[in-house]
Amino acid sequence: MNILVCISQVPDTTTKIQVSGDGQTIDKTGVKFILNPYDEFAIEEGLKLREQFGGTVTALTVGTETSKEILRTALAMGVDKACITKTDAQLDSYNVAENIAGFAKSISPDLIIFGRQSIDFDSSSMAPMVAEMLNMPSISVVSSWKIEGTGIQAERDIEGGKEILSTSLPCVISAQKGLNDPRYPKLPDIMKAKSKPIEEIAPCHGNNLVALSSMALPSSKRVGMIVGDSDADITSIVTALHEQAKVI
Amino acid sequence: MKHIIVFIEAKDSQSLKRTSHEALTAAHSIADGATISAFAVSGSEEALKSAGNYGVQSVVLAQHELLGSYSSTATSEALAQYARSVDADIVIVSGNSTGKEIAPRLSVKLKAGLLPDCIALSGDTTSVSAIRPVYAGKAQITVQSTSGKAIIALRPNVFTAKLTGSDAATISAFSPNLEASHARVQVLSTMKNEGTLDVAEADIIVSGGRGMKGPEHFPLVEQLASTLGAAVGASRAVVDAGWRPHGEQVGQTGKTVSPTLYVACGISGAVQHLAGMSSSKCILAINKDKDAPIFKVADYGIVGDVFEVLPKLDATLKAMLHG
Ligand SMILES: Cc1cc2nc3c(=O)[nH]c(=O)nc-3n(C[C@H](O)[C@H](O)[C@H](O)COP(=O)(O)OP(=O)(O)OC[C@H]3O[C@@H](n4cnc5c(N)ncnc54)[C@H](O)[C@@H]3O)c2cc1C
Ligand SMILES: Nc1ncnc2c1ncn2[C@@H]1O[C@H](COP(=O)(O)O)[C@@H](O)[C@H]1O
Repeated sequence: MNILVCISQVPDTTTKIQVSGDGQTIDKTGVKFILNPYDEFAIEEGLKLREQFGGTVTALTVGTETSKEILRTALAMGVDKACITKTDAQLDSYNVAENIAGFAKSISPDLIIFGRQSIDFDSSSMAPMVAEMLNMPSISVVSSWKIEGTGIQAERDIEGGKEILSTSLPCVISAQKGLNDPRYPKLPDIMKAKSKPIEEIAPCHGNNLVALSSMALPSSKRVGMIVGDSDADITSIVTALHEQAKVI
Repeated sequence: MKHIIVFIEAKDSQSLKRTSHEALTAAHSIADGATISAFAVSGSEEALKSAGNYGVQSVVLAQHELLGSYSSTATSEALAQYARSVDADIVIVSGNSTGKEIAPRLSVKLKAGLLPDCIALSGDTTSVSAIRPVYAGKAQITVQSTSGKAIIALRPNVFTAKLTGSDAATISAFSPNLEASHARVQVLSTMKNEGTLDVAEADIIVSGGRGMKGPEHFPLVEQLASTLGAAVGASRAVVDAGWRPHGEQVGQTGKTVSPTLYVACGISGAVQHLAGMSSSKCILAINKDKDAPIFKVADYGIVGDVFEVLPKLDATLKAMLHG
């Protein structure tokens, strides 16, 4: 099976976010960048399917020179090939999707695996966008699935329950936590990954469909009434919830 | 004439999903004289007509045998065809599990800028701006579509639905041109979580963290939840420990929720937990550590031991709510 896994680099979840002087991006000083946590499930799933069906796993990221670090992680985990569409331009989701779709056309994968969402912009839109561009079916937020021949049956979480869906290869899925347990790369593999080649793909730059006009820290409009645990304190909180906040 | 389409879904045979009410209300807030039509691929007459209660008098029901069992690919194609037929400027969907699959496809089909996970809208049909959280809610961005058309997905439970009238909407049929290739993904079945209220749909959530000390103490959380008619949520620490099912996890790797009231019991307030609940309208935290980060985002806080506070809180609430 020819599998493409799309991965992205994001700030570590514990990073303190500061808006930079331009008012549009985050201040990157001191920020640690990591492989998007959901993309670990995507890579692991690709590797497991290769173990089961044979074939190759290609990892692709659309990013900057520093994004190569996550491709090294993917190589250490065991992907066969690592590719980067390198650009310093601020691309919107649509343009990233076009770059991914363009690359996918060149390798005609049977399966494209994404993470459920990137934890920087949290759009959860890449998988269906790329699928639409490639005229492929897609299933988002897959928590378990099986492939038989070209037939696929997948389960995904929805509000208040689960949905069972069917589709067929070639297709696109996005991986939810619980799909698998991502492997930790071993030290020798991490060392070997350092010298493996990373293929650079020329980016295509269309016009962005979305403009970002400003970035700001959320204003905290919280009431902030903190009390102790006496009976009177608890009564005052219950009264405030009822009369002030009007939420009960 | 400017035109906004709102994608709506029926909850049962009588009513629409609350997320659809929110989307209808949001459409009104930016309409400024534009035509608004609601678009559905299924639903009883009674449910669809109730769109009128939220001020939208025209409902379009797409009818095609391929829409019989729900398919995100067929639904987005039908919606795109309708949007083209009326030259729609804006399509609004709820960013629930359905909306998250169809909005990106619409963006590509209509070459319209996608504004996902919106928590506020401003401007009007010609110049709509949206605010959305990024970096797990640690920052917010203001975005606009530059393509002349916009696809807007709303974060569920953030927009407050407003009843504006009681006139039933009129339903007209739309026949999309669909082929088998448009319905390559099919929903075979859906399973409801038995008995319990899902955190993603609840108005009030009572969550327990490691401070609850063990699964045997969760009845304290469940009791308070039952008094408030709330769903039970959990931090990742307790889900990973196997005390609670994964479906209850709130946070970056769990569910993103925006209830009217979120009660955090024995939860420290790690950034990954806050990522999933900081857009709650009101937050009450109970923690014995007065410096716990959860108090920084809380509207109301009780510094104390959950084992003493929860029973007292429950009794006080019961006395007030149920006389
Ligand atoms: C990539 C990544 C993703 C993650 N995703 C999530 C996620 O989706 N959701 C999530 O919740 N976490 C997530 N986490 C984990 C997160 O960092 C925290 O470890 C977790 O939220 C802590 O859970 P907790 O607050 O229950 O436990 P703790 O941090 O151990 O806090 C327990 C709290 O209980 C208080 N306490 C103890 N005893 C009592 C008592 N008797 N009475 C009152 N208070 C008491 C303590 O003061 C403390 O504040 C993620 C982490 C990573 C790295
Ligand atoms: N720049 C990128 N390059 C490659 N894949 C990406 C990129 N951005 C996002 N993805 C993939 O798309 C998924 C969902 O991202 P998003 O739609 O941004 O939430 C991620 O988990 C990745 O698998």
